[in-house]
Order: sequence, then C-alpha cells, then structure tokens
Amino acid sequence: MTSTGPPIQVPPRSGRLRIAIGQGQGRIADRAFQIGVGLAAIAIVLSALGLAFTMLQDGFMAFTTFGPTFIVSTSWNPVTHIFGVLPAIYGTFATSVIALILALPVGIGAAIFLAEIAPRWLADPVAFLIEMLAAIPSVIIGLWGLFVVVPVIRQFEATVGRSLSFIPFFSGPAYGIGLLAAGVILAIMILPILTAVTRDVLRAVPISQREAMLALGATRWETIWRAVLPYGRSGIAGAIILGLGRALGETLAVSMVIGNMYQITPSLFAPATTLASLIATQFREADTELYLSALVAAGFVLFVITMTVNILARLMIWRLTAGEGVH
Amino acid sequence: MSAPTVTGSMSSLTLGRRRHLTDLVMRGLCGVAALGAAAVLLLLLGHVVIQGAPALSLQLLTSLPTPLGVEGGGIAHAVVGSAIMVGLGCLWGIPLGIAAGMFLSEYAGARTGSFVRFTADVLSGVPSIVIGIFAYTIVVAPLSGFSGLAGAFALGLITLPIVARTTEEVMRLVPPELREASLALGVPRWRTILAVVLPTASTGVLTGAILALARVAGETAPLIFTALGNNFFSLDPNRPMASITLTIFQYAIWPYEYLHRQAWAASFLLVLFILIVNVSVRLAARNSGVR
Amino acid sequence: MHPGARSTSESTPPVIRTEAPMIRPQNPPVEAPAIGMRVARLSAWYGKHQAIRDVTLDIPERNVTAIIGPSGCGKSTLVRCLNRMHEVVRGARAEGEVIIGGLNIYDPAVDPVALRREVGMVFQRANPFPTMTIFENVVAGLRLTGRHNGRELREVAERSLQRAALWEEVKDKLNTPGTDLSGGQQQRLCIARALAVNPNVLLMDEPASALDPVATLRIEELIRALRDEIMIVIVTHNMQQAARVSDQTAFMLAGEERVGELIEVGPTTQIFTNPRDKRTEDYITGRFG
Repeated sequence: MTSTGPPIQVPPRSGRLRIAIGQGQGRIADRAFQIGVGLAAIAIVLSALGLAFTMLQDGFMAFTTFGPTFIVSTSWNPVTHIFGVLPAIYGTFATSVIALILALPVGIGAAIFLAEIAPRWLADPVAFLIEMLAAIPSVIIGLWGLFVVVPVIRQFEATVGRSLSFIPFFSGPAYGIGLLAAGVILAIMILPILTAVTRDVLRAVPISQREAMLALGATRWETIWRAVLPYGRSGIAGAIILGLGRALGETLAVSMVIGNMYQITPSLFAPATTLASLIATQFREADTELYLSALVAAGFVLFVITMTVNILARLMIWRLTAGEGVH
Repeated sequence: MSAPTVTGSMSSLTLGRRRHLTDLVMRGLCGVAALGAAAVLLLLLGHVVIQGAPALSLQLLTSLPTPLGVEGGGIAHAVVGSAIMVGLGCLWGIPLGIAAGMFLSEYAGARTGSFVRFTADVLSGVPSIVIGIFAYTIVVAPLSGFSGLAGAFALGLITLPIVARTTEEVMRLVPPELREASLALGVPRWRTILAVVLPTASTGVLTGAILALARVAGETAPLIFTALGNNFFSLDPNRPMASITLTIFQYAIWPYEYLHRQAWAASFLLVLFILIVNVSVRLAARNSGVR
Repeated sequence: MHPGARSTSESTPPVIRTEAPMIRPQNPPVEAPAIGMRVARLSAWYGKHQAIRDVTLDIPERNVTAIIGPSGCGKSTLVRCLNRMHEVVRGARAEGEVIIGGLNIYDPAVDPVALRREVGMVFQRANPFPTMTIFENVVAGLRLTGRHNGRELREVAERSLQRAALWEEVKDKLNTPGTDLSGGQQQRLCIARALAVNPNVLLMDEPASALDPVATLRIEELIRALRDEIMIVIVTHNMQQAARVSDQTAFMLAGEERVGELIEVGPTTQIFTNPRDKRTEDYITGRFG
C-alpha cells in the first residue's frame, strides 16, 4: 500500500460546531438575489401587459369613435377624419398568403433536400446560407427589393399582363411595386424559418418509418412523399403558421415595395397597404389626436392578429412535442 | 418439373420508368429549391457588395449630410447614432434579460415558469413596429419629444425576451451536480448561481447577448417614431437621433442618385457588421465544443 | 498518536469471499466512544412519496460508519438529510432530528448553508467545477464564502491536497483545469475541496462506485487515514468495501410501500460475522440485492 504522504498538521478541532445560529445574513442575500431576478422576470410580464394595455388605451378613442366600422370601413381619410383599416387588413393577409404560397414549395423542398438528400458536407453550408438570410436587416432587403426585384417584377407583370389581363389577378398597369412584389419579398424573408423548422421536423422522423417504406420497394422520393412528410405534417403546419406570423408583422421591406395605396383590389399587380406599412408611413403625419389614435388602434389590431397566430403556432408545436415526440 | 415462370407481380422488380423518373425529378427539384434559396442570399449580398463597397469611403463615414440635392456628404451622424442607441438599448435590455433567464432557470416553479416563458415568447413575437408604438406612448408622448432614449428603450425591449430565453436554455444545460457540489460546500444559492452556474454557461449566454445586439442593430421600424432620425450630428440622447437603418430607409425613398449610393454603402457596412458577428459567434461556439 | 497511524491487527490482508463468515474486517472492535451525531426518528419525503421512515442511529466521533443496503433502500436519501441537501430538491422535506455536537440541525434557527460548511459531502460522480483550475477548485468553498487571503488559501490548498493524497500528483500543475485529471484524481480533488472548508463530518455517497479498482483502493486508504480526524459516513453498495473501511455499519432496506428503514446497526465485525436480523444476514450472504 502506498503511503498517504508525510504526517500533516491539521489544526486542532474544537468540540463545538461552528454553525451560526439565527445568523440570517446569508439568507438575506439569498432572498435579495431571488427577488432581484424575479423582478427582471416581472419586467417581461409588465412589458407585455403594458404594451397591450397602452395600445388599447391610446387606440380607444378611435375604437369608440368608429366602433366596429373601424375594422370594416375602407376609407382612410386624414382630412375628413374617417378611418377604417379594412384595406390594410386585406393587404396584410394578401401579401402574407402570397408569400406563403411562394415560399412553401421552396421551403419544404429545400428542407427535404437538407434533411433527406444532401450529404452532411453540402447540407450544413447550404443550411447556413439560408439561415443567414434571416439575419439580413429588413430595410436592406427592402432596398434590394426596391432596386433589383421590383424592376424584374415589373417586366414580369408587363409580360403576363399582355396576355392574361382578363384574369382579375393579373389586371392593371405594371407598376412593379404592389402586392406581388411585397409577396415575393416576404416569401424570401420567411423562407429561412420555414426551411429551418421543417428541416428539424423531418430530421426527427424516426428512421424506421423510412425503412419500412423502402422495404416495400418505394423510391427515395416516394418514401419522402408518402412516409416522412405525412409523419411530420403537424410540425410542418406549425412551421407554416410560424412563417405566417413573421410575415404578418414584417414592416420595412414591405413598406418599400408595396406602393402604399389604400385600396382593395383582387389584382396582384396593384399597389396596396398593410397594417404595418400604414403605421410606418403615416405615423409622422399624424397631427391630430384622432389620427394618432387611429394609427395606434391599427397597431393594436396588428398586435392581436400576430399574437393569435403566434400562440396558435406554439400550441401546435407544443402539442407536437408532448404527443408524438416529434420535436 | 419446369422452373416457375416469372409472374406478373414479380415483374415489379424492375422499377417502372415513370416512378424512377419522378424520383429523380422531384429530388432534383428539391435540390434546386435549396440551392436557389441559398443563391438568393448570395445574389442579395453580391448586389450589396457591388453597389456598396465602391461607395464606402472614409469620407462617407466621417462627414455629415449635405443639404438636400447637393452631392457628397456622409453618414457619420447615423453611425454614431446607431452606436449610441444600440449601446444604450443593450445596456438595459441584455442584463435584465440575463437576470430573467436566471430566474427562469434557477428559481421558477413549473407554473410561474410556464407563464413567464409564454409571456416572453409573446413579447418576442410582437412586430417591431408595435414595439415602436409602445415606446412612443411610454417615452415620447409623456416627454413630448422624440429622442434617442426612446429609441434605445424600444431596442432594449426587443432584446429583453430574446436574451431571457437563450440565457435560460443555456443555464438549464449546466448539470445539477455542479450546483449540488457548490451547495454542499456551504456556498449560498445566489453565489452558486453567479460563481458556478453562470460561468459554466458563459459562452452560451454571451452568444445570446451578442446575437441579440446584432439583431437590434438592424432594426428600423421601432426607431421611426421614437428616435425619428436626425440630419444633424447629435450625441444628445434626449433629442432625435439618426441611425444607419433609418438613413437607409430615408435615402432609398428620395429620388436622388447620390443618396441611393450612400444607402448602398450604409447597407454594405451594416451587413458586414452583422455577418461578421453572426459568423464569428457560430465559429466560437463550435470551437469551444459542445460541452 | 499522529494522524495516519492506526493500530493494525493482522499483518495479512483479509481473505475476501462472498460468504459472510469469511469476511474479515481490518478494524478491531472498539469500546463505545463519545457520541458525535445522533439521528433520531428521521423520515424524509419526495413530494408525496416517503423515502425513509423513522431512522434512528448513533454515530460516534472519529469514526467511519458505512451504510449498506440494496438499491432503492434510501441510503442516499438518509445521508443527504445529514447535511440538509435533501431539501434542496423541490418538494422534498424531512422530519425528525439530527443532532450534531448537541445541536439539532433541523432546528429552524439553523442556517442550512452554514451547516454544510460543517458537514461536507462527496458525491458519486466527481464533479469538479469545469471553469476552475485545480487550485481554484480546492479553495472554492473558501473563496465563495468570503475568504480571499492568498497565503491562507495556498496553505489550505496544499494541506487539503495532501490529506486527499493528491498533492504529489498535482503540485506542479495547480493552474491547469480541474477537469483535466483522471476520474480517480478528480474524485480525490473533490475530497480535497470538501476537506478544505474543514468540516467536522464528511459524508460520502458511493464515492468510489464510478472508479476502477486501483483508484477505489486509494480512496479507501484515504478514508482510513482520515478517520482519526473527522467523522465519516459512507454509503456503499459494495459490502467488502464497507468491511474494509468502516468501524460501524448500518443496514437499510426498503419495506412495503418502498419506504426505506434502518434494519440494523452495529460494529462492522459484528454485522458481518454475526448479524442479529435475518434480513441483514440474507443481504450479506447474497441471498438478495
């Protein structure tokens, strides 16, 4: 047996314990710290509640003045002080729906490629590039959209308009800016989150599902289409709602390419307005209390819409992680 | 006895032409989608670089705007303004966010934790323009003036829930044995959290904070009616303040070619900053390893 | 008699076999010494589930007490109640008394944080702080409770590392990360860390179960060397280890409703050669667990 070293002088032990009785200093510090960080958490709750409350309060004048017609009226007239946000709501949803229609196939396709098809050395860099798209500030995407994408869309509109203008979707002059441009830009902006979430959902599908399909003689694509995608469908639905939530609240890039015209037309080529772009472009013009209140009320409407969508998305993903175990 | 003939069902051993083609085409399309999406980013970046890099100069960064219509001038006021507002905003939002994250990770019970987490998620999902309206009603209206402070308040509010969640997640990953070891030495709980748990999670916490900073550096909407923007140089946070993002927004809309050039240059600067931060943070996280 | 020396009995190592009568512990029987710790009707719960019931036990000063029993019998819970670590888990509580040096540590006036500087603990898996060097790990308990005198810290560090039989191996690399050491060394580092705050009692929860046999033996030597300075309570599922290392042994078993109870406690020699309770005998002879 090896020795434990030379004998060590250990200080003599007293018979008494050194436990401090009733010395509450340590407890005070612990309590203070707990309260401190608790206050920080309260700050978050207060901010959220405060936000909802002050917006409701400041928009109250508009809500009481116009009542429910605020939501359904189509006029926005700072001169006569008649305010209704229906065209803005329409624009908000129309651009988001266009964005989803455009981004969905690309996003899911890209996610399939990254999760199922591409080898690691290719998938990681490509995924990284797509994610970086989300880090680009909205105003820069708007700048690029305005100077690069809009001319292309103008060309496209002109070409399509020549032959298909009898279809209401494609009627109207080829401005370039408008619903279609905003939809395209939004599609680019929600692509990263669609792709990332869908990729995670697909990666979580158990290998046994794929193997079962392949063992039946299916091709790789059939396996993806018939086994993997259906298995992850609620996760993908959650991803879609998350993307929708992002699109609904997007302000700057949309403001720069949507044309900011207050109207509801079915034409994709027409300039329009969204709730966010309405607020962004008009806030500084608001010179009267009612005008301001109307804009804040519009903001409250936007807040309610996005919050509802986001909660929906979270509930879907929550149910997912609790139920099927698909992360 | 003759060998059994290949029946009709066995002929499906050979993959039908159509199924094979579909397989290849669809998988190819997926590849196109992914590479196309990546290509969009590269196109965008490329355009920003091509337009912005030549226009970026020391003069641009150090001089102030010229009267409208007169060529020349720079964005020094915007660079400084952004730095001040992002700095002040992160100064209040990030530490508070880290503290809230500590609360969620170390103290919150199941119900309280869920509630706070839910609220934080709601707050982080609020469109940034709505955050701007809130900041307007809380800071600008009562003080009856647009200010850099209001802008900083809005930016900080954006970082708060983000940093709280990332901090919580990272601190949760610290193994409970470390907390136990510290408590068993007679170290009080608060000290355990600050001196053992937080340092162990420090890389992740820092990453979250830095990414939040990069995020708000690119925000425009919340500044529109808080900081308002300023064409003159100002260090005073009590008065309207310019930012790089507001400047890009304004210049893009005006019909002056030289202002568009400056907008591109400013975009290049901003994108460069954000990309460098994002890439370095990811590299650092990978190098420090997955503990 | 200076620390490190102890009276030896046989000069030959014990023959370790699994049948009870053949196990020969090292330590000769001692007379009943002064009482250092008394556990009186201690019960503990995790939420609604009761983990241990009415444990009563006396532990003398300067003594190694082993707590043995099959898994799930509550031995870890018992030991964690002795430094009030049990209640750190949400929803956990304990009732009863644990009297150390005349003071009931469950008295509401007692600060559990201060208590843990008197009753130290070493865990099953070594858990050095990953962001600290070896030196910083050893003195962590002192630093984090306010002692910063550099010279004092260095002295304590050297002393603790020597008592933990780790000094020679690390004295030249005190500024390297604590996690760079081997498993056995890390555990000795944790023991040094626990000793550095100079506790009166050291609790060890299966300290060697994650280590290889050589490292395990070193830990056991350490325990025997520390015995004259400090009261040690060691939980182990390894009976031979209990026999080698302890003066007194307590056997626990989970009864109905899976609540752990103390079945028997006595001098180690007696428990292993002539247990009073049949259940103890069954466990020792390997009939179950």
